[in-house]
Amino acid sequence: MKFSDEFEARFTEMLTHYPIRRSALVPTLLYAQDEVGSLSDEVIAELAGRLDLTELEVRNVISYYSMLTTKPRGKYNVQVCTNIACMLRGGEELFNYCRKRLGIGHKGTTQDGLFSLEEVECIGACSWAPAVQVNYDFHENLTNGKMEQLLDEYKKKGTQ
Amino acid sequence: MADLVSHPDEVRVISKRFGQGATDIDRYLQLDGYQAVQKALALQPDAIINEIKNSGLRGRGGAGFSTGMKWSFVPKQSAKPKYVLCNGDESEPGTCKDRLIFEHDPHSVIEGVMIAALAVGSHTGYIYIRGEYRYLSVIMQKAIKDAYARGFLGKNIFGSGYDLDIYWHGGAGAYEVGEESALMESLEGKRGIPRIRPPFPAVVGLWGGPTVINNAETLAAVPHIILGGADWYAKLGTPKNGGTRLFCLAGNLNKPGVYELPMGYNLKKMIYEVGGGISNGRSLKAVVPGGSSTPILLPEEIDIPMDFDSVAKAGSMLGSGGVVVLDDTACIVKFALRTMKFYRHESCGWCIPCREGTDWLEKTLTRFHAGAGTKKDIDNIYYLAENMLGKTFCPLGDAAAMPTMAFVKKFRKEFEDHLDGKPCPFEKMGAAEPVLA
Repeated sequence: MKFSDEFEARFTEMLTHYPIRRSALVPTLLYAQDEVGSLSDEVIAELAGRLDLTELEVRNVISYYSMLTTKPRGKYNVQVCTNIACMLRGGEELFNYCRKRLGIGHKGTTQDGLFSLEEVECIGACSWAPAVQVNYDFHENLTNGKMEQLLDEYKKKGTQ
Repeated sequence: MADLVSHPDEVRVISKRFGQGATDIDRYLQLDGYQAVQKALALQPDAIINEIKNSGLRGRGGAGFSTGMKWSFVPKQSAKPKYVLCNGDESEPGTCKDRLIFEHDPHSVIEGVMIAALAVGSHTGYIYIRGEYRYLSVIMQKAIKDAYARGFLGKNIFGSGYDLDIYWHGGAGAYEVGEESALMESLEGKRGIPRIRPPFPAVVGLWGGPTVINNAETLAAVPHIILGGADWYAKLGTPKNGGTRLFCLAGNLNKPGVYELPMGYNLKKMIYEVGGGISNGRSLKAVVPGGSSTPILLPEEIDIPMDFDSVAKAGSMLGSGGVVVLDDTACIVKFALRTMKFYRHESCGWCIPCREGTDWLEKTLTRFHAGAGTKKDIDNIYYLAENMLGKTFCPLGDAAAMPTMAFVKKFRKEFEDHLDGKPCPFEKMGAAEPVLA
């Protein structure tokens, strides 16, 4: 299967970093997921083949890491932290706001495929709480009002 | 990306290049970058280790173990390659300091790994960064590339004849991988299941080779110690607790942020002066002093120096530097529940006391907080936590047990206030229902 040139260049280089091929697995899975949208059967078979692993071994690793998924997510994965530091500053209210606004629950995806929602564990933004990651982008010191604006911006960006 | 703050009491060592554009290698060189490693190249490995030992530097990941001592455990001769690992899998709730180091001063981490490698005779290092920190991985990959381009890494570094390779590695979402042996499993391309010890990583670590593993902040401190000297660094802190550290002030504060303060800085002062006091005119209810796994402290317990030994004496831990402040509107039962929900989610399931204990505790706390608790539950929560303590391969079980025991011990009355079908007395914290799968 076809990945981007950037992916291939990184993958080839990464293999030179370790004494065993398998070591490249975890970061490679994440990069593959970013390109394909999810770790589909095809991706799993491809990477298992490349790293001399069985598909079961790859699936076994996927199920451990919370960022990895075999199911497609929306174009923008809205990850709201509700862990202690965020909770004390309104993280749960923010998550509930997103639920209502997007009409989906934890790990749900909107029908147009634009948004997914996830309640996540600490993302390392405790001093700037409450915080959200949309895909890899951090958004901090949020309020429901700022969140509304943010979702509107992503919607605009995603439907252009 | 994250906002920087400042306070007159700060002593800037690790954070001295924050906001100075030091991700650029030329700028880093202007700001004394890569001087320490050149100094270290002229030293004998034992001299480097002694310098770090004498500096009083202790592990900033949370355990507080002497860094120099840790390095000295690596055997001089080894049939297998030796490795240095930088633990940048920062995920302890309340902690957001390594993020700033990677964002503003990635070369200091690289330089720290280099010096550690020279000290233990290793030729390969890895800098492991959690998957969520993608933008920091980009910064680090570029920093490493730039260091190679200048001949600081690779064959014959700085013309010394010493070969040293450093690589970046990324995670994909797992708190437990922050545990040293689990991180090695992850780097070997597996689930992050911790290993039984002994043998310890210093003897049998990554791919079976002797391995030094240190937190990113610990390694970022190393070049400063080599340049400034062990005595200078040690004197910044308190006896046996050398230097400064990054404290992440979070929760109900007027001025939350990451501040670099001397080891031993008074916690009360940290909250009321550095952190600007409790927000919204509320009063202080309690403080989690070092990340979610550290036992909570009451307002009357916070007039203490923030160093490893003093916080331990106060019945808690300095931990990872995450100071989470709760005001009087916070419900402790809810707080305990959210803490446990996290540990249940992150438990790998390898050890039964942790797998079953966190699950049972989360369920009990959920029911309890919803108003369906019984008096017996309170003792049962304590008993369950107590029976996880010290009974698991890795410290995740302890990390879940310790704070829970403190919640019950120090806030029994608040647990009792949730009994007999009464709704949570703290409306704000009772509003949301648990959803995390």
